[in-house]
Formats: sequence, structure tokens, C-alpha cells
Amino acid sequence: MSEKNTYLPYLMTIDKVIKEAPGVKTYRLKFQDESEAAAFDFQAGQFGEYSAFGEGESTFCIASSPTRKGYIECTFRDTGRVTSGMASLEEGSTMGFRGPYGNVFPLDEWKGKNLVFIAGGIALPPMRCVIWNALDLRENFKDITIIYGAKSVNDLVYKEELKEWADRPDVRMVTTVDPGGQTADWTGEVGFVPTIVETVAPSAENTIAIVCGPPIMIKFTFPVLEKLGFTDSQVYTTLENRMKCGVGKCGRCNVGKLYICKDGPVFSKAELNFIPAEEY
Amino acid sequence: METKYISQGGMAQWFESIIASGKRVYAPVNSRGQVDFKLVKNLSEVADDYIQTTQSIKASVYPKAEVLFTYEKDHGKVNLSDFDPETIPETVLWKVHPCDAAGFKPLSAIFNWDSADKLHNAHLVKTSVISFSCAKADQSCFCTSVNGSPGNTAGSDIQLTVLPDGGAIAEILTPKGEALVALLPPVFEAERGDKKEQYLVDLPARFSLEEVNAKLNKAFNSTVWKEQSERCIGCGACAFVCPTCACFDIQEDVHGSKGRRIRCWDACGFALFTLHTSGHNPREHQSQRWRQRILHKFSYMPDRLSVVGCTGCGRCSRACPVDMNILEHITSIAKQ
Amino acid sequence: MKKLRDRVAALLDEGAVSLVIGYEEGTKRPRPLFCRNSESSGKLIFDSRCFHNLAVYVTKKELVGKERFAVTAPISTLRSILQLYVENQLSEEKLLVLTVDLNGELREFVTFEEISAYVAQFEMKRGEREQEILSKIEGMTREERWKFWMGEMSHCFKCYACRSACPLCYCTKCVVEVNRPQWINPWPSPISNMEWHVNRAMHMVGRCTACGACGDACPVGIPIDLITRKMMEDLAPEFGYIPGQPAKQGNALSSWKLDDREQFIR
Repeated sequence: MSEKNTYLPYLMTIDKVIKEAPGVKTYRLKFQDESEAAAFDFQAGQFGEYSAFGEGESTFCIASSPTRKGYIECTFRDTGRVTSGMASLEEGSTMGFRGPYGNVFPLDEWKGKNLVFIAGGIALPPMRCVIWNALDLRENFKDITIIYGAKSVNDLVYKEELKEWADRPDVRMVTTVDPGGQTADWTGEVGFVPTIVETVAPSAENTIAIVCGPPIMIKFTFPVLEKLGFTDSQVYTTLENRMKCGVGKCGRCNVGKLYICKDGPVFSKAELNFIPAEEY
Repeated sequence: METKYISQGGMAQWFESIIASGKRVYAPVNSRGQVDFKLVKNLSEVADDYIQTTQSIKASVYPKAEVLFTYEKDHGKVNLSDFDPETIPETVLWKVHPCDAAGFKPLSAIFNWDSADKLHNAHLVKTSVISFSCAKADQSCFCTSVNGSPGNTAGSDIQLTVLPDGGAIAEILTPKGEALVALLPPVFEAERGDKKEQYLVDLPARFSLEEVNAKLNKAFNSTVWKEQSERCIGCGACAFVCPTCACFDIQEDVHGSKGRRIRCWDACGFALFTLHTSGHNPREHQSQRWRQRILHKFSYMPDRLSVVGCTGCGRCSRACPVDMNILEHITSIAKQ
Repeated sequence: MKKLRDRVAALLDEGAVSLVIGYEEGTKRPRPLFCRNSESSGKLIFDSRCFHNLAVYVTKKELVGKERFAVTAPISTLRSILQLYVENQLSEEKLLVLTVDLNGELREFVTFEEISAYVAQFEMKRGEREQEILSKIEGMTREERWKFWMGEMSHCFKCYACRSACPLCYCTKCVVEVNRPQWINPWPSPISNMEWHVNRAMHMVGRCTACGACGDACPVGIPIDLITRKMMEDLAPEFGYIPGQPAKQGNALSSWKLDDREQFIR
């Protein structure tokens, strides 16, 4: 039988560890097998199952851009058995990766449009992939706005990149922290993401909004976008339901008739209207 | 497809030749007051007077816990050993009910709809199914309402319909079935013109799948889920005895530097099934989980996989500690 | 029966309670019924076939809500309600308890003291089934007992019907679901099944009221209730418990006494 065992991961080496925020790290992973590395390809929005051998698997998006070849990156918070097992690994250690899984952000369809990225907390990683993808193909898009918020200054991830994006003349970068989360020298906004979106008020004209964050943030950001004139097909998000297999079999991420792992994780708001909101 | 007659004595001889061929044979055995599939060596071990085994035969192609691969850690490096399909022995399932054999299709649909599941398929390839049509049913049986019947041959390699003389009509349905016949061809005699239907239990359909599907399409926000599930205590008995329930978990079995990754049965009825690490649980209440069970089987699977996720075996109703009777519940949805 | 139905209808109509948990005829035997209006009280039944321990529902917040509710409780349910009360899982203000006594009279308990006094009349005795299996097990050597139970446990597929049916298994996260550390492997295997059931038994020590709901719920027929029953029987004389009466001094596993007669524990 020549069938491939879907559950057998690629072996990866942790090439680089970046400490992002308290309990949050980014790992750059390289394929141990060169032929696997050569054959591997993915697109913005896809995810994978990451193994800490001895602890199990955990689901994260691929946080690096497909335009950056030779490695993938994942950003995770040390919260459970697998992520704490991952967090204890050092540079040079071996991890497992299965993927890429799921659908993609339709960047081709967005050519010639303005893009507004709206992210909250630890949900920036899935966005970071598509942001870099768009920035690396900057000429394909018009105005690019990034609105990113976290609970506190300490909780902002990708701090170096936030600076880099803010310094770029071709990006409008708005960073915010929840009220009470600011420090004395904080120069960004203070306020919850939906409120800041309303203040920044990006024009809906020829614009795509990509929203990524905890369910509560999404719930309150959608109506703001609607008020600003965004139609359901102009708004995209990526869902992160609990998953085990990543390939539509284990049953966990089944929401309505869809499987988040196969039909998603990227959905336009128009598509979301067909699945029950209470289940994601 | 070929139809033959096999006498009672011939059946016993044939059974012995299957055992002698070295294949594993699983058959219903009555022990501890329960009838369930067990490894058998003699026909005398096989249970006779019962309606249904407690558990389905799904474990034969979807084990309760199965090693997906093993690994060994060595100074920061990891060596993987893939699952080897050759380790799975040739298996014959004897005296399977048609509702169990019909379960292979929905199971395989789940495991293979998008990408092939090497492990499940490896079991399928090595498994031959000898079903016995049903001469008896009880109030929990409803195969005829879900595209099945007491003489349904779907999923079987051979189906036997036992006759009053102890012999049987043998329908040889697949090349695998032919291979089993080839173990002892002389006992398969020319058919005698027995009418199979005459020996099957009469089980009128209780609802129409199309009607149920149409109702379910509009039922997500119905109060019926809360009403029906109030007494449900949220265990996994229904899912684990079901021939088509396939939800699973992936777990780690670690012994020092060695480890095994294991796939094991899980159930959408468990409260923690969909719990996110953040604490958010999209299906927090039992009513939502009950809805998922019914919609997945009778709406999502028919729509996505073109197969209904229920074979009408009635096991969930028999196993439920609080009488969550699926036939009663589906019938009431159909009538709404 | 009529008295019970009328009283339940009146309670619901008056708004004295918002829900009555009782029994109705099921497809095989009586099953739990949730009466939220007086019309459904006509379905209520209460007889010796009413086996389910309804106390399993009284701690489910999504079911019982915030308002006062009632339960029609046979003796096994009454015992569990008392134990839940002792464990601070119930309050008298929230729960009205109804039963039908041996003379066929409807009884209403407003306080747990009253339930306690009522329950005290009933002696905890092994039924025929329990006596038959337990006497067989008691006659076994230690090795035979291990073999017997390992054989039984090998049938367990971890559906957790035992846990779900038990009124005293009200933890929102069970020890078997804890994965840091992973105390018990979550997939079924004879030894990890044994680990699970031993763990459950230890958590039940001095708390189990021997209602038999776990054994009754087990779809694969493991007489799992006999483990906790036997422990309760053994524990009672040692710790001064009265079988079937809640231990007011706390449960055996988490109680310590300065004057304990065992040396190792001091």
C-alpha cells in the first residue's frame, strides 16, 4: 500500500526562537529532510499541526509569509500541555509539523484594493502571514492599514515588526491597548479594538477588511464595519476552532455543515452567514 | 453476484476451513450476559438467540485505540516509525447484521472524504464480512427507515439467510466473498429457489429520511433540542456503540524517550469535546451537543458525504442509561 | 399517583417552583421527566420501577436555572440529595423534595433534616444481585479478585456513563481529563481502565450512597457499582459511618483526626 499516513509529521528543526511577549514565543522551523523542504509549499491563511514529541499536537496557523522561503514560523502562547512542551524546547531541537491544511486568503482577488487588517491579542500571527505576503507584493495593493490591539503593552506581539510596519510610509499602522493596559511612555491608542476601528474609520470604498481576534472582538468589530459601509463580502476572518486531525475527520471543528479545517479557516463574512454563529 | 445453498453441516465445515486458513474470525459471543463480537475458534462459541450485539463491529476497522506511528527521541533528534499496514492480520467478521455491514460506508466516507486514511483503509482491505440477514428485530430496530433492510447486502462480502432446515441461502457478493467460498467450494450447492424475503423480519419504515432532512435544514434554532436533551446525561455510550460514529482524539503515550501517537474514540456528546484552550466552548450545553449528534448524522453527512450517518441498528437507544431513544426523537422531528 | 400529579400541577401553577424533575413512562422502563408546566404533570409516574437517580440533575445549572425547583425522589435519590447537601452543592431554599412513602402517602420535605429523619428508617441492604456477585467476589483470593476485575475492566471503553449517571460526580473537569500531568491515559486499555475506575472509587470513598446508578448505566455490563458499594460497607464500621447516611464529619479520603488510631497518619 502506497498511501501516505496523514498523521505522520514532517521532522523540523527549531532554527530560531523569538520571545514575543510574556509566555508567547515564535519558532522558526526548518525541514530536516531537504526533499520535503523542496516539495513544501503553502499560501497565506493555512495552518498546521505542530508536534512536541512526548506531549502531543497543537493547531496553529503558519505565521510566516509564503513569500519567505525555506522555513515556516509559528507563534504560540504557553497555555496547555503541548504548548508548554513546545516552550521548553531549545534552538536545534526537533519538532513535528503536519500541513499545510485549510483554505487561503484570496490575495489574487484583492489585487488593486485597499486592505485593512484588524487584529487582537494573540490573533496577530495568522494576520502577520497575510500582512507580510501583501507587503512583499506591495505594488498589487492600494492603501494598507493595520489596526492591532492587545490587553496591555506587554501583550503586544511582534514588537519589532510593529515598529517596522509603523515606520513604513506605505502602511498606516494603528496600535492600541485596552484601557488600563498602557504604560507611561505609550504613544499608541488606548481603547478596545472595535472602538478604535470606528475612530480610524477606514473607507469601505474598494476595501477589504481582514479581522482576526478572540470571538468577543470579532463579535463587536463586525457591526462597526457594517456601520462603516463594508458589505459582507468585503470582510474576511479566520476561525480557530479546536482541532485534532486538521483534515476533516476527527469531528471537532465541524460547525454547521462546514469543517473549519477544510472549508476554512478563512471565511468571508458572507460565508459565515451560512453557519451558526454560536458554534465558533 | 452468485446465489448458492449451504447446508447446516456445510456451514460448520466451511467455518472450520476459514479458521484453518489462519484468518482471525470475530463473531458474536454470549458472555457475562452480553452478546458482543469476540475472537472465536469454534462455531459452538457463536451466540444464537439474541437481537443485537451491544457494540457494533466498527472496532474491527476503527480500533478504540490505534497507534498512528511511534517515535524515539535521541539527543534532540527524533526518529519516526510509520504505521505498517502489514501488521494487520486477515480478518473475517462472522454473523454481522446488515445494519452493521451498512455502517462501513458512512465510516469510510468520514475517513476518506477528503484525504485517504491509511489506517482505516488498511483494516478494510484485510477484512471480509459475512453477514446474516435478520429474522428478528426489536422495538429499537429501524433499518428500513434509513435506507437499510433486514436483508440489505451493502457492506457484506457474503450474506447468509438462514432457512428452517438450518442451512442458508448464500449470496456471494464480492471477490472477497468468492475467495472465502474458494476455501471450501463443495459445500456451496446449487440454489434451491428459496425466497429470501420469506425469511426476513417484517419491519415497516417509521419515517422518511428526506422528510427528516428537510425538517432538520430549518431546525437549528428549534426548541426541540433542549426539550429532547433535558434528560441526556452527556456520556459517550451512544457514540461508542454506534456503527458510524467516528469522532476521535489524538493522544500521546510516552515511555521515557520512546513514544506512540494514538488515535482513540471520542464523542461529540462529551462536554469538553470542543473546549478551546482559552476556555471558550462553542458547544457549552448538552442541548447543543445533542443537536450536533442528530444534525451530523441526518443532515450534515447526507449533504456533505452523500450518506446518512445512521444504519438504524438501535444500539444507542438500547445502551442509553436515560432512554434517549433515537427512533422516538427522529420520528417526532419528522412529524413536526 | 393522582395526589402527586395534582400537587406538582399546583406547585407549578402557583409558581412555587419552576421545574419538577420526576419520572414518566419510557420506551423500556420509566425515565426522567422535566415538568415545566402543569399540563406535563399528567405524565408523572412514581413506582418501584423508577430507578434513575434524579439527583444527577439537581447540580446541572443549565437545567435547573436560578429558581426554586422540586424533585420527586425515591430513596436512592433522597440519599444522594443528602450527600450533595452535606457537600454544599444544594440549598434548602432552592430545592423542594417530594416522595411517596411506603403507605402510598405523598410526603414533602422542606428541610434536609426532615429528609435525613425519613431516610433513617430505611436500612441499607444488598439486593439479590449485589449479594450474589459480592458474595462470590468475597469468596475469592486476592489474585482471583484481581483477575475478575481486570477481566471486567477490559470491557470498559471509557464512555464515562458511570460518571455521567452518578449524582456525586459533579466535577466540571474530571481527574481523567486533567492532562498536566496526565494521571490516567484517556484511551481504553485494561490497565488504564483499571486506573480510571480505581480513581473514581477513591473519589467516592465515604460519599457513595450505593444507589447503583453507575452499574445500571454501564453499557457493557461491568458491575462497577459494587466496588463503591463494597468500599462503603467496609468503611462504615471503620469510620463510624451509617451506610446510606451522609457522613457529616466529611468524607473518609479528605478527613483527618488528631486521635486517629492508626500511627502512620499522625
